[in-house]
Amino acid sequence: MSPQFVPISPIFGRFTIASLPLQEPIVVGTFCAVALGGIALVAALTWFKLWGYLWKEWFTSVDHKKIGVMYMVLGLVMLLRGFSDAIMMRAQQAIAFHGSEGYLNAHHYDQVFTAHGVIMIFFVAMPFVTGLMNFVVPLQIGARDVSFPFLNNFSFWMTAGGAVIVMMSLFVGEFARTGWLAYPPLSGVAYSPGVGVDYYIWALQVAGVGTLLSGVNLIATIVKLRAPGMTLMRMPIFTWTALCTNILIVAAFPVLTAVLALLSLDRYVGTDFFTNTLGGNPMMYVNLIWIWGHPEVYILILPLFGVFSEVTSTFSGKRLFGYSSMVYATVVITILSYLVWLHHFFTMGSGASVNSFFGITTMVISIPTGAKLFNWLFTMYRGRIRFDLPMLWTVAFMVTFVIGGMTGVMLAVPPADFVLHNSLFLIAHFHNVIIGGVVFGVFAAINFWFPKAFGFRLDPFWGKISFVCWVSGFWVAFTPLYIMGLMGVTRRLRTFDDPSLQIWFIIAAFGAVLIAIGIGALLIQIAVSILNRDKLRDTTGDPWHGRTLEWSTSSPPPEYNFAFTPIVHDTDAWWDMQERGAVRPTSGFKAIHMPRSTWAGIVLAGLSVALGVAMIWYVWWLAIASFVALLGVAIFHTFNYKRDYHIPAEDVTRVENERTRQLAAEA
Amino acid sequence: MPESASTLRVRTMMRPFMILATSLLLGGCNMVVLNPAGDVAAQQRDLLIIATVLMLLIIVPVIAMIALFAWRYRASNTDANYQPNWDHSTQLELLIWSAPLLIIICLGAVTWVGTHLLDPYRPIERTVAGKPVAPGVKPLEVEVVALDWKWLFIYPEYGFATVNELAAPVDRPIAFKITASSVMNAFYVPALAGMIYAMPSMETRLHAVINKPGDYTGMSANYSGAGFSGMHFHFYGMTDKDFAGWVARNKAAGGTLDRAAYLQLERPSEHVPVQRFAAVEPGLFRAAVNFCVKPGSVCTDAMMRTDAARDSQSNANEHGPMPMPGGHPMPMPGHSPVPQPSPAAKPDTAGLTGADLPRRAAPSAGVALAATASQPRL
Repeated sequence: MSPQFVPISPIFGRFTIASLPLQEPIVVGTFCAVALGGIALVAALTWFKLWGYLWKEWFTSVDHKKIGVMYMVLGLVMLLRGFSDAIMMRAQQAIAFHGSEGYLNAHHYDQVFTAHGVIMIFFVAMPFVTGLMNFVVPLQIGARDVSFPFLNNFSFWMTAGGAVIVMMSLFVGEFARTGWLAYPPLSGVAYSPGVGVDYYIWALQVAGVGTLLSGVNLIATIVKLRAPGMTLMRMPIFTWTALCTNILIVAAFPVLTAVLALLSLDRYVGTDFFTNTLGGNPMMYVNLIWIWGHPEVYILILPLFGVFSEVTSTFSGKRLFGYSSMVYATVVITILSYLVWLHHFFTMGSGASVNSFFGITTMVISIPTGAKLFNWLFTMYRGRIRFDLPMLWTVAFMVTFVIGGMTGVMLAVPPADFVLHNSLFLIAHFHNVIIGGVVFGVFAAINFWFPKAFGFRLDPFWGKISFVCWVSGFWVAFTPLYIMGLMGVTRRLRTFDDPSLQIWFIIAAFGAVLIAIGIGALLIQIAVSILNRDKLRDTTGDPWHGRTLEWSTSSPPPEYNFAFTPIVHDTDAWWDMQERGAVRPTSGFKAIHMPRSTWAGIVLAGLSVALGVAMIWYVWWLAIASFVALLGVAIFHTFNYKRDYHIPAEDVTRVENERTRQLAAEA
Repeated sequence: MPESASTLRVRTMMRPFMILATSLLLGGCNMVVLNPAGDVAAQQRDLLIIATVLMLLIIVPVIAMIALFAWRYRASNTDANYQPNWDHSTQLELLIWSAPLLIIICLGAVTWVGTHLLDPYRPIERTVAGKPVAPGVKPLEVEVVALDWKWLFIYPEYGFATVNELAAPVDRPIAFKITASSVMNAFYVPALAGMIYAMPSMETRLHAVINKPGDYTGMSANYSGAGFSGMHFHFYGMTDKDFAGWVARNKAAGGTLDRAAYLQLERPSEHVPVQRFAAVEPGLFRAAVNFCVKPGSVCTDAMMRTDAARDSQSNANEHGPMPMPGGHPMPMPGHSPVPQPSPAAKPDTAGLTGADLPRRAAPSAGVALAATASQPRL
């Protein structure tokens, strides 16, 4: 949208036909492809009569395992979108030399890099991490579901609602052209009058509700629903990291909500929190957003540290080395992550003592992180390491992450940051830790827990192809960025004057192609595994000789997870049970009390999306209507007393007897 | 003995790789951050290298251990010692916590000292290692304004201004005062010194010195909107003689950068060629920092003073006047030691009613219109 006078219609707000990006052939082409794909998908679902199944078994389900899987699917779909943005940027930067403008104009390119950052953090990494915690934590602590099952479903749909709003901006209107943190005054109404920043605000606000509630839910679950005997210092390490992550979420996300609310007030009602005049101060925004933003990166990485701990110990066939020091390291990181935010803007003129303080606290975080790394190393030491896919990803992570950690500490030295801040070196650094840490960790986790979720393993051949392409692709794509950072090349540039840079961007683009092949191989891996599921079937429930409780139940677990709540005597509870020859009970099953599916989550999230879209487009009648409906539905839902039911003892007995037969056949 | 045909063929096949390797090497020579031309950037580079070496002390052994353990304890190697229940060693725990701790203590000390020495607000004390600045030398003052999407450089000492061209004599300290007209940018000349943000209604500072004559690239390092990619400039390090010639050239260029010309210049434009103004209206930089270039607008510092005075009047009994935080200043709106008479200095109600204040200071009439137009109308 060009910044020109747009009359606000009482019916359509500021939406007009001109808001559709019909003049952008790339967007129109994408829209056609997405529309055709969408129509085909809807037709297929209708043809195979899957709508009822999806609605009953998935969309309205409050089963933490199904919600976890839906989070993972959301993350995967959004990964494809976020990665398309990455490829577009790589292509643009590889060709925009010698006076060429490339193929993306500024209006389009600036949206692409903003959307890439927002989507990858909020709608890829966050759903992956939340999905993993949702699926694994209740199983690891011997619970039947999370503390608040309805809230869990609602949280997922709010996150998905945020993703819907971001995706909508691709085809209706525009997305923000501000960079992923939308610093004012650029994101203020004076310099970004269009709908882009409003899309950004409402997508994050809607998704933020989901993230926050899911954080509350998982904290309550971990604190209240652990199996008897599982003291805090007997919790599996992944559960520990999940607990710390959710504490970070609950403490940090309200700050994001508040700062975006203040920005909205500036944009909608003309307040001056972050404007240039009348006492506004944009640096206030920068401080607040990073007070959320730095804990956010630990929100992303901590659970994956937990994954690597579980994987290393399982595949080394050995107890985790230094369990308690691992726990303390996690807690120390959790606390320290609140004391470092200013390192994101050393270059904004703070005094030397302030800069040194934040630089040194940042470096101090590398001590517990280093301790973790050594703990993984000494877990491998004197082990019997099986190099299945999860372990391969873990070793690749360890090597990649130490380099990323090193460049991170370089950036933590303020005078060094003065020459590297906002350069491609910085870009290379955070992709180094986010791809090398979070993404590799998510793939380790997917390969590790997939058999638990679906009862069959993922195909190792295509998995290894994906692994090789991702790891090599990462290094080919980001080493040139490290080098160009040292050449003084900064981020978010659309065109270049210095022709000697082109070769580096071409190499980086080649790396992105390798990663694309890695993503393709991942999708093929999933498809091939589904086709060959009978060959890859795991009937034991414990394909990797796991150590924690989730491996004691069947794969996939019954909806009640455990027929009897297990009693825990050791950190590696399942390993301990096997060592002591614990026998699985085969009779005496009782009826199990379970939460009931509900439509309320998806409906409330749908109304929230409507509210967000109405606010973005200034469709005030719809905003009022959807807000009233939101309140109405929420109140109406409180009168729904049919929230639970009992699985009859006969049903439990039938399921468990089937499992008994299966295990006997295996033996 | 002439080379055999096969060697020759290998040579021919290798040629593209050789060319690639050479070009990579040449690219390596361009690493301006590692090979700068200014003393401040050189010291920043030194810190970068010290930090890297300190960390490699631990990173290299760790990577070696990852490879070694992964190989030695692979499942197929049944000769390796296997102790499935070994999970604790106090000595090792002490080592793995203390080794990174020691390195961070060293690095922390280096950081504390380095950050204070290289504080961009601290005036230059040496031009290169071992050569302190002579007591009588006054730094070259340059006032920098990041506009949409070009750089304005005002030389108050000489009274001229340039757009997208900056120059300084070698070995003379330079004192930059930096601000922006609309959104955040970052002033960055990699060969000279690290970057500092240019932020609207705030003033940041940078002290630096260039040691070698040359043509260096400067840029905005913080994304600032559609024209951002073209927002770079040349920075020339010059001998005193060349600099005098450059000054004379600017003085001879004609034209005055008065308020009207500034308002014209600050309108958004891209890929702006070099412009020169022989004269500059006094106080223009202060007006730019305080958003009062437009005639009749109230300067933000004056507005804040008025507000503070009114607050202290009404709260005199309880609190007294609020002092500004002392010490090393964070960039504060209107942070400037020089008081300036302004229309709002008299206890006026302009600040209260906003009657004749610009609703929003926007870079151009076009954007200002859009800003008003897109206000929600309830």
